[in-house]
Amino acid sequence: MAPVLEVSGLSTVFHTRRGLVRAVQDVSFTVNAGETLAIVGESGCGKTITALSLLRLVPMPPGEITSGSVKVDGTDLLKLSDAEMREMRGSKIAMIFQEPMTALNPLLTVGKQIQEMVVLHDKCSQEVARKRAVEMLHHVRIPEPERRSREYPHQLSGGMRQRAMIAMALACRPKVLVADEPTTALDVTIQAQILDLIGDLQREFGTAVVLITHDLGVVAETAKRVCVMYAGRKVEEAPVEEIFGRPLHPYMQGLMNSIPRVGSARGLDVAPDERLQEISGIVPPLNDLPPGCAFEPRCTRADARCKTQRPELEVKAPDHIAACWQA
Amino acid sequence: MSTTVSQDRPTKPSFFNEVFYLARRYPLGVAGAIIMATFVMCALFANFVAPLDPFSTNARASLARPSETHLLGADMMGRDVLSRIIHGARISLAVAVGATIMGSGLGAALGLASGYLGGWFDLIIQRVSEVMQSLPLLVMALVITASLGPSLRNTIIAIAIPLVPTVARVIRSNVLSLREMPFVEAAKATGMSEFRIAVVHVLPNTLAPLIVLATAQLGSTILTEASLSFLGLGVPEPYPSWGRMLSESAAEYVRTAPWLVIFPGLAISLVVFGSNLMGDALRDALDPRQRD
Amino acid sequence: MNKPLIEVTDLKKHFPIRKGLFGNTVGHVHAVDGVSFSINAGETLGLVGESGCGKSTVGRVVLRLIEPTSGSVKVEGREIVGIPRTELRPLRRQMQIVFQDPFSSLNPRIRVGDIVGEPLMVHGIGNKQERAERVAQLFNRVGLRPSQMSNYPHQFSGGQRQRISIARALALDPHFIIADEPVSALDVSIQAQVINLMMDLQRDMKLSYLFISHNLSVVEHISHRVAVMYLGRIVEYADKKTLFASPQHPYTEALLSAVPLPDPTLRRTKKRVEGDVPSPIKPPPGCHFHPRCPYAEARCKVEPPVLREIGPGHQVACHLR
Repeated sequence: MAPVLEVSGLSTVFHTRRGLVRAVQDVSFTVNAGETLAIVGESGCGKTITALSLLRLVPMPPGEITSGSVKVDGTDLLKLSDAEMREMRGSKIAMIFQEPMTALNPLLTVGKQIQEMVVLHDKCSQEVARKRAVEMLHHVRIPEPERRSREYPHQLSGGMRQRAMIAMALACRPKVLVADEPTTALDVTIQAQILDLIGDLQREFGTAVVLITHDLGVVAETAKRVCVMYAGRKVEEAPVEEIFGRPLHPYMQGLMNSIPRVGSARGLDVAPDERLQEISGIVPPLNDLPPGCAFEPRCTRADARCKTQRPELEVKAPDHIAACWQA
Repeated sequence: MSTTVSQDRPTKPSFFNEVFYLARRYPLGVAGAIIMATFVMCALFANFVAPLDPFSTNARASLARPSETHLLGADMMGRDVLSRIIHGARISLAVAVGATIMGSGLGAALGLASGYLGGWFDLIIQRVSEVMQSLPLLVMALVITASLGPSLRNTIIAIAIPLVPTVARVIRSNVLSLREMPFVEAAKATGMSEFRIAVVHVLPNTLAPLIVLATAQLGSTILTEASLSFLGLGVPEPYPSWGRMLSESAAEYVRTAPWLVIFPGLAISLVVFGSNLMGDALRDALDPRQRD
Repeated sequence: MNKPLIEVTDLKKHFPIRKGLFGNTVGHVHAVDGVSFSINAGETLGLVGESGCGKSTVGRVVLRLIEPTSGSVKVEGREIVGIPRTELRPLRRQMQIVFQDPFSSLNPRIRVGDIVGEPLMVHGIGNKQERAERVAQLFNRVGLRPSQMSNYPHQFSGGQRQRISIARALALDPHFIIADEPVSALDVSIQAQVINLMMDLQRDMKLSYLFISHNLSVVEHISHRVAVMYLGRIVEYADKKTLFASPQHPYTEALLSAVPLPDPTLRRTKKRVEGDVPSPIKPPPGCHFHPRCPYAEARCKVEPPVLREIGPGHQVACHLR
């Protein structure tokens, strides 16, 4: 199967008063139709900027995509004119955000917003588009879609808004959906509903999903492949079972060990009151990275080489790459 | 690990180091301070700085163009404009600074109390300030001076009072959101008294809007004073104020003797500009977040 | 077991909803609706629930940062509800609070050393020199350098700020700390640092915690006993092992099955609850959970279930158990 989304060598920088901030450096990945790739990392690792770069939504200036290509069905988005790019957004590649209120226009009804988008991309009549909007709201399991389509965003609950945003993103059946922390602001029971929904729609429409998250639980439950980012770079990538079963990069290993797990009290694997393993220190500022491996100052296994030479991504096991001298 | 985020600055920089550091950091603020200082010096030492007597009339110099004797020209009665501007700085600055400080101070205190205490006190303060704000500023100032009688002190009071509700409302809305901040709750949890919380934790965090508001009001106070003087209710004649110099000549001489309008106007603009520059720098310099 | 350190009985907080020119009360938000629990010395009670369930209000009412509508809170046997503020003040030394947001919980205009020393000043403890020494000690205790005392809050990272908040809470040597979502705003690797610190402090100083969080795995890790809240009421209350191993209330069950597990080999078939959390202004009659409950029967719609003991130390508010 040919990948729907092919990102290679993507680099995004920000020109700031404190110097050049390399937010994303040389990031590559591919996603097939109907598959989910999760990008995980902590705040400041560049995962959100990667997501915004895919849709060319990085504010420019101060931001600038300096190199790389983002191919959707073979078309390089970075080579398109601004007008052509606008045409692609929504129809070929769409995005959903953590806070739906920022993405929905508070002055338009939910139905109207979806309708406008459909008219814009599909060049159909308002009436056809309106029907599509209601149908989409029904698809995302909003009860009484006809009535809800005439309501404004503030009249919906947090979970409903997220559903409405998903309906809008998927209304024109884009090939690629970029979801940036789509459930982080939601309660767990609502999160579970939304994740199920994204999964179901993805299977139905064959959408390729790029899921940006910091929650390893969400990753384990939804993703097919996982890409770990640290300080602007991809440091590890593998299929989900492989990476959770055998994380290679010390950063990913640290993340896995630092989370408490539900069910541990059932006495399955973790002794009660056992200390969590910490990753000491903090993420380095992106305008002042260490010369060698960016993780070296926090790494327990670092040696002299890690201090001076940056490790490149290498194949360490079948279908499993990592950037680490020690792995 | 923490060295990456926090630089350990010397705990107590000397006063001069601090001034020097701030001056380098805020060159525009320094420019504003210099402008303001110049005017203040002019006001304080007007008798020595002014080239001519601002009160002596001279029929032959009536409406004289700017020349060597009258650098900025002369008015209808032949009084030297430059000298009158220098002497006028006394009245204008006293009124502007006095009214601004008085109005903002009173407004901040009321806003703080109103926002922090809430309840009946808040309700009364809010309704009273709404009534006051529904009256035009000038009308209210007119009523106050008319009842108090024209003098420098009364002019300051008359201009300060109408400022109070505006400032109080801005500070109040700020206090309302600050009151809910976790750091205020944390202070309550330690058993700190409400009064101390208001002064130590809430008030300093309203400084930024207060300074911006105060510097913005400075210009309008000068103009209100001008209007009052024009109506004969400001600081009595023959003491010159910029506002009156401007308003006296604006209609009649703007075509024939534009220097009568341009130079007092320029003085007003410069003071407003200077105070805004200084206010912005002050706001930033007083905010620890802006300082590394 | 000896007498509990904190004993909360039938605590209620109803916020009036005011409307119109004269602020007439048109209804009440039943934020906390009859909550009872106790915490022993050196113990952590986890309080979990989704947003709007009233768990944060419980924390604030217990500290009397918000006045309760009714009920009783006893600290070391002394009733604190209804006593005048002057009598409450000395008791404040016993109990402190740590907040969720590491940014808004520290006054940006005050040096962190003064923030941590403030409680000492308020209670008139020591002179300036002694206070500075105590603050330096506290900084060391929470893993910060005393040389950072003269810095301002913005010069610290989120995790470090949370350490400062903890140091402030510890300044008066309290016996009891309310932690309101203390790690929810932090990255996972930093989360572990703060949780470990809190557990170390508990062991060394015999602290009791009321640990309020929506994050079930963190609560499970740090707590000894857990109370689950839904729309102002506790629906299940048990020691951690019992609660996580055999949850009895359908809501607890749903909550547990909704938490995504970081193990891809365990993609389970799940019991999902449908719908949103109803508004606490007009909670559903009977059992608040019945509109979302897969097992609901006729009487769940009319008769509110009471919390009752179904096993040793295990209480559930459900008609069906």
